[in-house]
Amino acid sequence: MLAPLIQFVASANDFFVLTGRAIRNIFRTPHYGDDVFTQMDVIGVGSLAIVSITGFFGGAVMALQMSKALATYGQVSKTGTIVSLTLVREFGPVLTGLMVAGRNASGIASELGSMKVTEQIDAMRALGTDPVQKLVTPRLIATCVMLPLLTIISDFIGMFGGFLIAMVFLGLSAKLYWTSVWQALIWPTDPIQGLLKPLVFAVVISMVGCYFGLRTTGGTQGVGRSTTQAVVAATVLIFILDLMLTKIFVSQTGA
Amino acid sequence: MADASPPSVLCFDHVTVRFEGSDALADVSFEAFEGESRVILGAAGSGKTVLLKTALGLVRPDAGRVLAFGRDLTAMTERELFEIRSRIGMLFQESALFDSLTIEENVAYPLQNQKSIQCPENEVQPRVDQALEFVELAGTQEKFPSELSGGMRRRAAIARAFITNPPLILYDSPTAGLDPITSHTIIALLIKERDLRHTTTLMVTHRYQDGNLIANFRYNSEQGRLEPASNGNRSARTVFMVLHEGRLVFEGGQDRLEASTDPYISKFVKQRV
Repeated sequence: MLAPLIQFVASANDFFVLTGRAIRNIFRTPHYGDDVFTQMDVIGVGSLAIVSITGFFGGAVMALQMSKALATYGQVSKTGTIVSLTLVREFGPVLTGLMVAGRNASGIASELGSMKVTEQIDAMRALGTDPVQKLVTPRLIATCVMLPLLTIISDFIGMFGGFLIAMVFLGLSAKLYWTSVWQALIWPTDPIQGLLKPLVFAVVISMVGCYFGLRTTGGTQGVGRSTTQAVVAATVLIFILDLMLTKIFVSQTGA
Repeated sequence: MADASPPSVLCFDHVTVRFEGSDALADVSFEAFEGESRVILGAAGSGKTVLLKTALGLVRPDAGRVLAFGRDLTAMTERELFEIRSRIGMLFQESALFDSLTIEENVAYPLQNQKSIQCPENEVQPRVDQALEFVELAGTQEKFPSELSGGMRRRAAIARAFITNPPLILYDSPTAGLDPITSHTIIALLIKERDLRHTTTLMVTHRYQDGNLIANFRYNSEQGRLEPASNGNRSARTVFMVLHEGRLVFEGGQDRLEASTDPYISKFVKQRV
């Protein structure tokens, strides 16, 4: 009866050991700069389109929904405020995190999983390379750099989507909308919250992808299983961590 | 024998490896000496691949010691193992070439990534070309592994295994999944490699024919082809080992292997016919 619990604790332990090794390797030679840039391209540039599209429609739909609620109180002019706060604090980081989790946690898990089942990971170790140094650390660094940047882009595109709705359907002026967007943010806590969350999510996405990839067994079927597990675990963890981080910020700032 | 025996290259001392409660290797002991060829026979799941991976330090034994070149692998950290691994070449069962790298980059990989091998940058290219020439794959440098046939991938992986001139090479089922003609070509390459560079060879296989070729043929460098080795010019001593469910059930020469009445062992020998 205790077996699943023991297995869970053992898996969690393996996950933290792998994460610890990946972080330690940032400060150890050899450094694989080329791999970091390749991964930045795959994770960052590759996710730009999907993050922009979801950000745009996310911002737009939120403006539409919120304006309806605000109209009840005669506060339609505050649409920019609501869109801005929700995007920067919650929607931007979480939506971007989920998109990148769906796209890259799965990509990382399937790539590393395929390498595992075709013995390429063993070959790498046999040929004098630490797979954590060569495969995991570059993915961790690349995701940690790119996810906050993608979140910033997603936030702005979402604000723009909200602006189009505000202008076309709600009849708000550009000046009114953008002023309320700007003034809604509390400096520096909102930008810090909006950037710290994607940083934490980046660690989760990259490490969950690598962890499930590297522990793949059972041929191509195993690769599929690892990929699914990675996406599910990364998605769930993003929501759990988001709540925890939000609680910390709410307690700290009272905002 | 009165003459001094050659130095030990690889020694398994009561090695046991367990996976999920069952023994993949159970109390295996043997010693391979310099210049020797060892053919390891066994059915699927008998622990052949685990034995090779343990010899490289990729799998750590649960009990016993593994000594390579006199050094205890079981007491080393992963980083310390890199130095030992640079002296051991390994051909993985499915070749294990890196998909994202070209054949040239794959073959150059050990030269560029093994710290203990100080290969000047300007020597990498000629050595890769030479290694690919050796395995008769010249002209495939720019291709990716997915563009090559199974036999060609196997040959490229052999080139990657020996490019650093390691004194010990481990081959994991080099002919698995290949047609008889390609299999013969691959074994001929192994013999050529062994006889020209005098490497100690451990070959895992489930095909007795492969072992028979290794034991009874030598590479004639003047004529550039294999020829039967008479007792006088047999260039390397071949020892056969048979694994059964993780246990070493036979170790000895070909004559003894063929004379064995054990049903499991004789099953392999019968394949010859």
